[in-house]
Amino acid sequence: MSLVLAGGPVIPNFGQGSACETQNGWFCTDWVHEHWGDTLQPALVQHIELSIIAIAIGFVLAFALALVGFRYRLLDPPIGLAADFLYTIPSLALFQLLVPFTGLTRTTVEIALVSYTLLILYRNMIEGLRAVPPDALEAARGSGFTRAQTFFRVELPLALPAILAGLRIATVSTISIATVAAFVIPNGLGRPIFIALEQNVFKTEIFTAGGLAVALALVADGLLVLAQRALTPWTRLERQA
Amino acid sequence: MPGQAAELVFDAATKQYAGRSEQAVHDLSLTVPAGEICVLVGPSGGGKTTALKLVNRLIELTSGDIRIDGTSIKEQNLVQLRRGIGYVIQQVGLFPHMTVEANIGTVPRLYGRSRKWIHTRSFELLELVGLDQSYAKRYPAQLSGGERQRVGLARAIAADPPLMLMDEPFGAIDPIVRARLQDEFLRLQNEVRKTVVFVTHDIDEAIKVGDRIAILRRGGRLAQYDTPAAILEHPADGFVAEFVGQDRALKALALHTLAELDLGPPREGVHVAKSATVRDALALLIEQRADMLAVTDADGRVVGSLTKDELLA
Repeated sequence: MSLVLAGGPVIPNFGQGSACETQNGWFCTDWVHEHWGDTLQPALVQHIELSIIAIAIGFVLAFALALVGFRYRLLDPPIGLAADFLYTIPSLALFQLLVPFTGLTRTTVEIALVSYTLLILYRNMIEGLRAVPPDALEAARGSGFTRAQTFFRVELPLALPAILAGLRIATVSTISIATVAAFVIPNGLGRPIFIALEQNVFKTEIFTAGGLAVALALVADGLLVLAQRALTPWTRLERQA
Repeated sequence: MPGQAAELVFDAATKQYAGRSEQAVHDLSLTVPAGEICVLVGPSGGGKTTALKLVNRLIELTSGDIRIDGTSIKEQNLVQLRRGIGYVIQQVGLFPHMTVEANIGTVPRLYGRSRKWIHTRSFELLELVGLDQSYAKRYPAQLSGGERQRVGLARAIAADPPLMLMDEPFGAIDPIVRARLQDEFLRLQNEVRKTVVFVTHDIDEAIKVGDRIAILRRGGRLAQYDTPAAILEHPADGFVAEFVGQDRALKALALHTLAELDLGPPREGVHVAKSATVRDALALLIEQRADMLAVTDADGRVVGSLTKDELLA
């Protein structure tokens, strides 16, 4: 591993901190309090940025690919296979592969993160579109829907539950993988974790940054569940009659 | 949006699928007068559904023509043509992600009707198909099979199309609900008077709902096209006779009411309403082991009589 951590602004100093910090206690609230503003909060914001950009680009790309794979069935297997292949490359190896081309940059990180979202998003979109009931499609055709109207009014909304399910998985996994971005750029919640690992495994920092990543994933997932409920009310219905 | 009812003409309509030796529909020529129900009936492989789908061009003609109010379907824009034709299928095909109201409003929305217009119209149509207004906000998953088909019917007539195509609309519904839906469909048709092409494999359903019946045999050949009474009383050939069944004489009795018969002078006997069918009257005689029926009018007064012999004459 030849990647070097870029110099960061805050390195916990065991000599100057509280007793908890000097003894590297399990969780030092005073450290968290002191370094929320200069370390944790910026890392969290960067992490959110990295993840949102990756998910947004991944979603748009996967959607474009899904349109192609859905319309031209022959192209679905090669697209799926390519997404499969990208997904199997270990993240550290992918960063390493990209650095000679794109350097130690945000671009490198985003390319890697995006490529991990593609498989899940693409597969769910295709499955969702294919699962649209044939009788609904025949009714649409027989009622005089154009091809575009059929897609936007029938196929896409009916594929939405599957698409959102894919988006949830992609979001949680992107937030998790984004911690590894700190190998390439001094960004995100992975950054404080790496620094703590170098500083005699400073536990408070590892737990707080790791905990924030977990919390972020849970919150994002929760928000998507709410979106799912609002956008697909028909999926939660039991027959009342 | 359309309106009224249209005359439908099949003119030597033929469908030949590539790679098949037999034609699916062979040289079919028949005219459905505006406002009438034409039932396409026959064994499987008779091309009933193919013939139906030729009309809204879900299947394209190989040769011949189909005209709606004189205009060939081939000369019309495909999307416009279909919007002007109500379409009901056995699996109903309601859109699961839309409420009943949105489902009913499907075609009016394609015509650019406002939300408010659709809202009002969906209440009208729910009432017409015998469902409460509270159904408007439900989703298809919350409906029974019979209710779904009622909504399917409401959706098909929402834009007031002059022509309706119904492909085994009650085929997947249990017999009791099916009979009720047939009755309500006929009552509905009495109000809206659309031209209807109705596909079924059930000859009893054909006799009940059809103003005219077209019997198709294998290879999509028209065996007979006539009124139910004429088909039961004068089947064109052995195939038709066999298809309508051994009990065709009995079925024919169900097509006539006592009001159509010459009644004898009022006499006492088992009471039966003038509006009853000859078949029901006969059943009553058998059940009561009677020889004489006293026919009553709507107010229950005896207005005439019938003996068993007169009934069967």
